[in-house]
Amino acid sequence: MKSEKQIARLPTSPDAGRRNGGQAWKHKHLLGLEDLSALEINHILDTAESFKEISTRNIKKVPTLRGKVVVNMFVEPSTRTKMSFSLAAKRLSADVVDFSPSTSSLSKGETLKDTARNIEAMGIDIVIIRHTSPGAPHMLSRIIDASVINAGDGAHEHPTQGLLDIFTMREQKGKIKGLKVAVVGDILHSRVARSNIWGLTKLGAEVIAVGPPTLIPLQLRDLGIKISYNLDEVIPEVDVINILRIQLERQRSKFFPTVREYARLFGINSERLKKAKKDVMIMHPGPINRGVEITPEIADGNQSVILRQVTNGLSVRMAVLYLVSAVSQKGE
Amino acid sequence: MSKDKRLLSEKDIDNILKNLSDKIISQHSSESKKNPLVLIGIHRRGVPLGKRLKNIIEKKTDKKLLSGTLDITLYRDDLDTIGHTPVVKNTDIPFDLTNKNIVLVDDVLFTGRTVRAALNELTDFGRPKRIQLSVLIDRGHRELPISADYIGKAIKTERNEIVMVRLKEIDGIDEVVITEK
Repeated sequence: MKSEKQIARLPTSPDAGRRNGGQAWKHKHLLGLEDLSALEINHILDTAESFKEISTRNIKKVPTLRGKVVVNMFVEPSTRTKMSFSLAAKRLSADVVDFSPSTSSLSKGETLKDTARNIEAMGIDIVIIRHTSPGAPHMLSRIIDASVINAGDGAHEHPTQGLLDIFTMREQKGKIKGLKVAVVGDILHSRVARSNIWGLTKLGAEVIAVGPPTLIPLQLRDLGIKISYNLDEVIPEVDVINILRIQLERQRSKFFPTVREYARLFGINSERLKKAKKDVMIMHPGPINRGVEITPEIADGNQSVILRQVTNGLSVRMAVLYLVSAVSQKGE
Repeated sequence: MSKDKRLLSEKDIDNILKNLSDKIISQHSSESKKNPLVLIGIHRRGVPLGKRLKNIIEKKTDKKLLSGTLDITLYRDDLDTIGHTPVVKNTDIPFDLTNKNIVLVDDVLFTGRTVRAALNELTDFGRPKRIQLSVLIDRGHRELPISADYIGKAIKTERNEIVMVRLKEIDGIDEVVITEK
């Protein structure tokens, strides 16, 4: 059997490290990139690379998670992340159940804990949770036996978005180490920014946080992140610009005077990009506010990889579901 | 405590591959354009073996061969029990397999479970005309009703022995060794 052969060959093989990667992954949950090592992050990215091919097949499905049940527990609204996770789970042959808060007992006052325990009593294997409160996935992982994947917890982390951003950078630029990445916008409220920062710095990229002073926490400096309040100074030196969405629903003009002023100072437009490197890559996690943080001609232009990010998200989420699934078996 | 017994040297492996390619060529000589021969190597050591067979066959027949690689990890039947997730390698079959004459290539035929997984995966790429199996070593101890069409060397082994095929492309050396556990 393959597994026997693998173990037997470990000591003599020059690439034992790579083959040993299976055992290198030992997490039952994916709660954030802060908890992962560079080796583990690279292992997810390598696995995702192998999963890319499945989406090009005639039959875009493999039997790996047959008989497993995945619950999408999105307590906060989402389109692409939820669809992406559903599709990823289905391509691995898992059964997917959606849980929507407005029609559920959460709106009747049931606690998250009770809801989760009740769902678990029906026999599930993986919970994908998005919640407004930071730490909700962590709490859940302590009280249920199933694997928990964080799909965004408040302003804390959004690990699979961070991973798919880094995956796309690696795919397009060939490497992460030494890459200069500007993360532009509302760093303060952005879980995408936090997961990007954790992942990118672990892999050796240089991250520059750019935005209005009110939206950039100074503590970022402790993580080795450069801070800039002047986008035009940063643009010429970076390889990647990852633009964050201005979360109009979260802040309503408390942090900067007007949306128009924000667009003038921090919006990415073709005039501003004239000073950028020729091969600068433009990223955005979506949904985009056209004309605010990014102009339509840039969002739809040659340098934009926004839709590539969405495609890659599928491979990355398939990889994450696959990796946590086997650990959940023996973790009990 | 393990005792290594060398079963095949570099030269032996070379000879066996020439032999295997002759057998494959003779069985596929009358093939039409509609049903071309395709070699698919199973990760890991079936991949370099498949490449070597392809080179030999192309030289002997002066015809280009289609080839691909297959990773069966996602089709394994023991993912629930091994307790970790094996590394997923690239499957690369960038063409339709419908009506093709496929020869699967692997290093060691043992329980047959790898081949079972490979057969399931291949049928997700189309409906081949025929699938055959070529292995360097058949060591017995089948757990499924599977057999090879082209066998380099059949050997008797104990269930707990380990047959290690080492190839230059992966291990830096060409040899086959039997070890006791």
